[in-house]
Amino acid sequence: MSYTPVIGLEIHLQLATATKMFCGCSAAFGGAPNTRTCPVCLGFPGALPVPNEQAVVLATRLALALGATVQRSSAFDRKSYIYPDLPKGYQITQQVQPIATGGAVPVGARAIPLRRLHLEEDAGKSSHGSSSTTIDLNRAGVPLVELVTEPALRSPAEAAAFMKQVRRIVRYLGVSDGNMEQGSLRCDANVSLRRTDAEEPGDRVELKNINSFRFVSQALEHEIARHAALLDAGERVPRETRLFDAKRGVTVFMRSKEDDQDYRYFPEPDLPPLVLDDALLRRAREGLVELAHERAGRWERDWDLRAKDAAALSADRATAEWFEAAVGALGSRDGAQVRTLANLMLGEVARRLNDAGGLLADLPFGPARLAQLVELIEDGTLSVELARKVLGVLWTRDADPSAIADEHGWRQMSDDASIDPVIRAVLADHPAELGRFRAGKTKLKGFFVGQVMKRTRGTANPGLVSARLDALLAEQDG
Amino acid sequence: MGAVAELAERLRARAVSSRELVDASLRRAEATASLNAFVCLDPDGARAAAAQADDERARGIDRGPLHGVPVAIKDNLHVAGLPTTCASRILAGFVPRTDATAVGRLRAAGAIVMGKTNLDEFAMGSSTEHSAFGPVRNPVDEERVAGGSSGGSAAAVAAGVVPIALGSDTGGSVRQPAAFCGVVGLRPTWGSVSRSGLVAFASSLDQVGPIAADVESAQLVLEVLASPDPADATATRNLGPAAEPGRIGLITELADAVPPAGRSVLDRAVAALGGAEPVSLPSTRFAAPAYYVLASAEAASNLARFDGVRYGARVHGDSLAAMIRSTRTEGFGREVQRRVLLGNFVLSAGHRDAYYRRGLAARDRLRAEFDALFRRVDLLISLTAPETAFPVGSRPDPVAMYRSDLLTIPAALAGLPAVSVPVPGPGLPWGVQLMGPAGADRTVLAAARRLEAALR
Repeated sequence: MSYTPVIGLEIHLQLATATKMFCGCSAAFGGAPNTRTCPVCLGFPGALPVPNEQAVVLATRLALALGATVQRSSAFDRKSYIYPDLPKGYQITQQVQPIATGGAVPVGARAIPLRRLHLEEDAGKSSHGSSSTTIDLNRAGVPLVELVTEPALRSPAEAAAFMKQVRRIVRYLGVSDGNMEQGSLRCDANVSLRRTDAEEPGDRVELKNINSFRFVSQALEHEIARHAALLDAGERVPRETRLFDAKRGVTVFMRSKEDDQDYRYFPEPDLPPLVLDDALLRRAREGLVELAHERAGRWERDWDLRAKDAAALSADRATAEWFEAAVGALGSRDGAQVRTLANLMLGEVARRLNDAGGLLADLPFGPARLAQLVELIEDGTLSVELARKVLGVLWTRDADPSAIADEHGWRQMSDDASIDPVIRAVLADHPAELGRFRAGKTKLKGFFVGQVMKRTRGTANPGLVSARLDALLAEQDG
Repeated sequence: MGAVAELAERLRARAVSSRELVDASLRRAEATASLNAFVCLDPDGARAAAAQADDERARGIDRGPLHGVPVAIKDNLHVAGLPTTCASRILAGFVPRTDATAVGRLRAAGAIVMGKTNLDEFAMGSSTEHSAFGPVRNPVDEERVAGGSSGGSAAAVAAGVVPIALGSDTGGSVRQPAAFCGVVGLRPTWGSVSRSGLVAFASSLDQVGPIAADVESAQLVLEVLASPDPADATATRNLGPAAEPGRIGLITELADAVPPAGRSVLDRAVAALGGAEPVSLPSTRFAAPAYYVLASAEAASNLARFDGVRYGARVHGDSLAAMIRSTRTEGFGREVQRRVLLGNFVLSAGHRDAYYRRGLAARDRLRAEFDALFRRVDLLISLTAPETAFPVGSRPDPVAMYRSDLLTIPAALAGLPAVSVPVPGPGLPWGVQLMGPAGADRTVLAAARRLEAALR
């Protein structure tokens, strides 16, 4: 039997605010247990929640960036369940009137439709020991936005790509650091299989806590195979919630649908409707930036950049902005110059950053220097090889690339008058090789080029060396 | 102890010092200890605050009419450094570090906190019998209840221990005990007085309000309390200016709900105000059921935090679930447990539509009817309670007890300002209630002062 997976994701993102959703405590990750707490996030009697405006602004910004319909008035609800790390016995969330509905996340050529985005507060953290449980409430009350997709994803790979795209977008917008290790980006999935010849999807299983890109695809792969085996055997897939066991790479039973909690939702009476006034909307819009896929598309169109390069350079906002600043500093924005710049950034610059583990922002030089370097390559002053050397110097201090080249005598030899004598000397010094070349071993041309480059300490223009070599060898023939 | 205005005059004239008032208050509290009005007294704190108030006055600082005046605080409002018990075992050992906003504002106005008053556990009750510290007795007749849930505050004022006290009114908990004890009780417009530092019973209904010997004293407290508070997202209202109370409506459904003795008291009050036109508020018949559904639903949620994990009492259990269960079973009294169970029931998936949603619908209807009435009349009048103080221990049936709030619930559900004015006379005190549109607290109080003067 053939099946189509039907996958929906629920993504929890921690909003990048300084303070918690409903109190003034720090929302930063970590800290000694229970030091980032106050009567509000500890659920002390008499303490009341007051919404964090910045969290509202960030959630709205994300909603706008995803093309969702932002609600001018939304409302908070209480979701009740008893757990020691849930201080009030309920979580404040938006069940009935979320802050935004609709919207989509572009994943490759598809736009994955969203059902809703809503604001809520995080719970604390329980650590269960052999004889006791300890609770850290530093995370309790941290602002989250939950993003719920329609069941529109069709493969585990697409689900993982969706998550990566979401992370890229939230980092771009600065609405979340998207850090999965610290729990800033978490994922639950709903999965079912639809028989390819049927309209309706089959029974749904919820997967909890698949908090890495790899786990998302592994858990979904495993689950899809499990469903297919059950269906092939003529059995039903029980509706249940399962956990991913990362060690074994399998999903395990957690609870059945019948055991689902009754959350006893009702409107949060301590909070009036959340009204987005013009000032808040303006603040949300101010932080809207062109997203990675939008930028990449523009670069491809305007600068004729290859799709792969555009995607790589746009993925991270700081890199993209650095690259754009460098392009802006170029004398001309023709395709060749921009491509050379892209090659340098994805090649030498990326390699050096990777080796040293640094950031573009930490470099002693700015994007304009790299533009200058590109111009020196393009006008033939420097070979790519020499440009790499100049870059090595720039890595240690900020200086005009052409001054660096002069200092080290790295200007490219680009005239016949300088190169010809070197070629003649090389040919004269290697009569044996020249003989074999004449006898037909034309591969030895590379050897002669190499010798010329060596004698000029790499400063000879390799293209010109090759051309002059051809010319001089022909002359000697004649 | 009398009216605040009179005390303020004597304090300003240096005819009496705050320290002397505090000592007199403490002596009176001791003399009336059998009322069980106080959960705790703070003689040292009160004397120190009074000394400071006197010192300020000597230096020419005058914080206004409450400067140096003793007050009592219902023990579901935080006073920094004093335990908050809510008359429950479950909060054992809980001492807040900061004042409730209402308490802080009173203190900033120079008032001296004498102590915390007794109440029905978590303000759930109409007699102040459901207290872990035993029942409060009515100063008029100690065999009778003081009403509830702010029975301690009403008794303290009525017994002359303090001229003013803070209570909280969810369905009538300020007005009904004020009526039973023969003093004034004001429920301000919901959202005009901060709830920050008030231990929540039913958040959409809870409102802090004063109990005082006379209407003017209650108004002086209101003027200190009522303004927006950044610590309470729902405290956003400013009160409107006082208008001349013109037409008064007599709610027939509420008038018909009282016995003949009560009806004649109501007629006296109406006559004193120069007459009232009969008006109809048909949804009042849904008010009490809607109230007990909605208030219990919110209470179940608000009280979920008392689990023994972070503060208060903890009763050992072999597992987390067992610990929480034992703590709540032993920590909460019967009435609180009843409402938590009721609240969780009406919110549960299978019953939410039949109870909670219908409760909300009834509330919406009632609000709409009030809105329509207030286009025709300026104020509404009824008795505060359909009865006078009943004997302690005479109401074992909770539903019979709930009937005591029939007349106070409608204004609470609609978030309206309402004041109970005592009607003097032979026998036990009755209270007459005046209600106005949201924000019209000052107009309601102006009418209450007229009524008070006419009845005297």
